[in-house]
Amino acid sequence: MKPDRASNAIRVDRLWQSLGTLAQTALVLLVVSGISFLFLKLSPGDPVSLMLGSDFSRDSYEELYRKLGLNQPWFQQYFHWLGRFVQGDWGISYVSRQDIFELAILQALPVTLTLAGLSLLVALAVGIPLGVLAAVRRNSWIDLLASAVSIGGNAFPSFYLGVVLIWVFSVDLGWFPSMGYVSPWTDPAKGLWHLVLPALTLGAWYVGLIATVTRSSLLEVLDMPYMAAARARGEPQWRVIWVHGMRNVLMPLVTVIGLQLGGMLRGAVMTEVVFSLPGLGMMITGAVQTREYLVVQAGIMITALLFITVNFLVDRTYSILDPKLRKK
Amino acid sequence: MNTVKTQHAAESTPLKTLQEQCRRGVVLIARQHKAVAGFLIVMFFVLVAIFAPVLSPYSPTEQIFADAMQGPSWRHWMGTDSFGQDILSRTFYGARSALWIGFASVGLGLFFGVAVGLLAGLRGGRLEWVLMRIVDGLLAFPELIMAMAFMAVLGLGMGNVIMALALSFVGPFARTVRADVLQVKARPFIEAARLMGVSERDIIMRHVLPNIASPILVQAGMRISIAILLASGLSFLGLGVVPPTPDWGLMIAEGRGFISMAPWMAGMPGLALAALLVGLNLLAEGLRDALDPSTRGGAA
Repeated sequence: MKPDRASNAIRVDRLWQSLGTLAQTALVLLVVSGISFLFLKLSPGDPVSLMLGSDFSRDSYEELYRKLGLNQPWFQQYFHWLGRFVQGDWGISYVSRQDIFELAILQALPVTLTLAGLSLLVALAVGIPLGVLAAVRRNSWIDLLASAVSIGGNAFPSFYLGVVLIWVFSVDLGWFPSMGYVSPWTDPAKGLWHLVLPALTLGAWYVGLIATVTRSSLLEVLDMPYMAAARARGEPQWRVIWVHGMRNVLMPLVTVIGLQLGGMLRGAVMTEVVFSLPGLGMMITGAVQTREYLVVQAGIMITALLFITVNFLVDRTYSILDPKLRKK
Repeated sequence: MNTVKTQHAAESTPLKTLQEQCRRGVVLIARQHKAVAGFLIVMFFVLVAIFAPVLSPYSPTEQIFADAMQGPSWRHWMGTDSFGQDILSRTFYGARSALWIGFASVGLGLFFGVAVGLLAGLRGGRLEWVLMRIVDGLLAFPELIMAMAFMAVLGLGMGNVIMALALSFVGPFARTVRADVLQVKARPFIEAARLMGVSERDIIMRHVLPNIASPILVQAGMRISIAILLASGLSFLGLGVVPPTPDWGLMIAEGRGFISMAPWMAGMPGLALAALLVGLNLLAEGLRDALDPSTRGGAA
C-alpha cells in the first residue's frame, strides 16, 4: 500500500504544481490585458471623431460616445472591453472596414506562424548537424565555421539579410520571387517557393544559436561514462552521438528556442515587411503608420498571448524530455 | 574601538571589491582576443561618430541631384543615393545616431529598471508582488512589438525612439536587479549595516549597488546591441527616426527600392550596421566572460 500512497501524493503534488502555473499564467494574462487596455487609453486622438470621420453633428458624436461607453468610469470600461475581447469582438478596422478579429486571427496569424515554423525547421535542419560536427571535430575548420555563423547570424539584422538575399537570388539570379504570399496550405509547391527566401532570412539568425547550444551541450556529455560505455559496447559512432548524446541536447535546445521567441517575432516582423508577407508584423506596422490603435492593440495582445503560450508549452515539455524531472 | 573598526570594514569593503572587480575585469578582458577585437571595432565607430563632421567629405543631407544614384567612385567613395546624398557621409553620421540611441536608451532603461528592481527587492511585501506582476506582464510583450506600440503612442522621431526602447527595457532590467538584490540582501554585511543604523540610502548606495553592479553592467552591454538593432529596425519599418536624418535603418529602407539599380544604397549602411553589431556582441561577450565567474571557466 505504501508506494501507492506515495505515488498518489506525487500526483496531487503535480496537480497543484500545474494549477499553480496555470494561476500564474492567468495572472500574467490579466496584467497583459490591463497593459493593452492602458495602451489604447494612452493613445493620442479621440476615438469617437476618428470613427465618425471629418463631418459629424454634435448629437451623433454624443450618441457614439455613450455607445462606446466612454462616459463610464475606466474600470467599467476595462471590464467591458475585456468581455468583448474574450468573445472575439475586437471592433472594425477604420482603414480596411474589416472585422479586426478576422483580420488578425484568420488572415495574419496563420501567415506569421507558417513563416516562423518553416524558418525554425530550416534552422534546426542546418543548425543541429553543424553543432554536432563542431562538437565532434572540436577546433577544426567546421568548429570555426559554426562560431562564425553564430556571430554573423546575430549581427546581420533580418531586414538587411532579406534585402541582400532579394538582391542575389531574386534580382540577380531570378530564382525566387522577392515578394507576395501564397499559402503553402492551399498550394504547397507555389507557397513554399514563395517562402524560401523569407524562411532563409528568418532562419539564418536561429542557425548560429542552435549550433552553439548543440555544440556546447554535446561537449558537456561527450566525456560522460555512459558515452564511453556505449562506445565500449561497440556501438557505431553515429549511434553514440545521435542517440545517447542528443538526448541531452534536447532540453537546452527547447529552452533556447523558447527563450528566443522574442527574437523570432522581431525577425518575423522585419522579414514580413521586407518580403511583403501579409502577417502580423505587416499588420502591426501598417496599423502604427495609419494610427489604427485598435489593430495595434489586437496585434500586441496576440503576440503576448503567443509568447505566454509558448513559454507555458516549453515549461511543460521539460518533464517530457527529462525523465529525471518526472520522477521528482 | 571594535565598532569603529567593523564600520570601517563594512564601508570600505564593497567599494574595494568594486575597484578590484574593475581592475580584474580589465585584465581579463585584455586577455581575450574576442573582447579586444570587439573593443577595437566599437572604438572605431565611436571615433567615426565623434569626428563625423571632420571626416565626412559632404554634408549628410546635402542633395546634389546631378550626382544621384552613382556607384562608388573617387568623388563618392560609397556612391550616392537617389537624392544625390553622399552615402559615406551619411554612414559616418549614421554611426552617431546609432550609438546615441543605443547608449541613451539602455542608460535610461537601466535607470528606471534599477529603480523598480531596487524598490521591489528591498521593500518586499505587497509592493514587490505588485511590481513584479507588472514586470511579468511587460516581459510577455516582445521588445520590438512593445517598442512599436510605444512609437504609436508617442509619435515618430529620435527622442521618442529612445523613450520607446528605454521603456521596453525596464522590465528585463528590473527583473535582473531584483533577483540580484534578493541575493545581496541575504548576506550578513547588509544586516550588520542595518543593525549599526546605517541609513537606507547609504545601504543602497554603498552596499547593495556596488555588489550588483557587474551583472547589471554585463546585461546593459548586451542590451546596447539589441537597442541599436531594434532602433534601426524601427527606422526600417518607417516607425523610427524621420528622414532626412542620416540613419542606417532608414538608408537600408530607402535603398531597398533601388536594389537592382543601386545595391550600394542599402549595402553600405547595412555593412556598417552589421560590423558595429559584431563589435558590440564580441565586446559584450568578453565583458560577460570577464565579470561573470560562472562562464569564466568555459570561455578561457
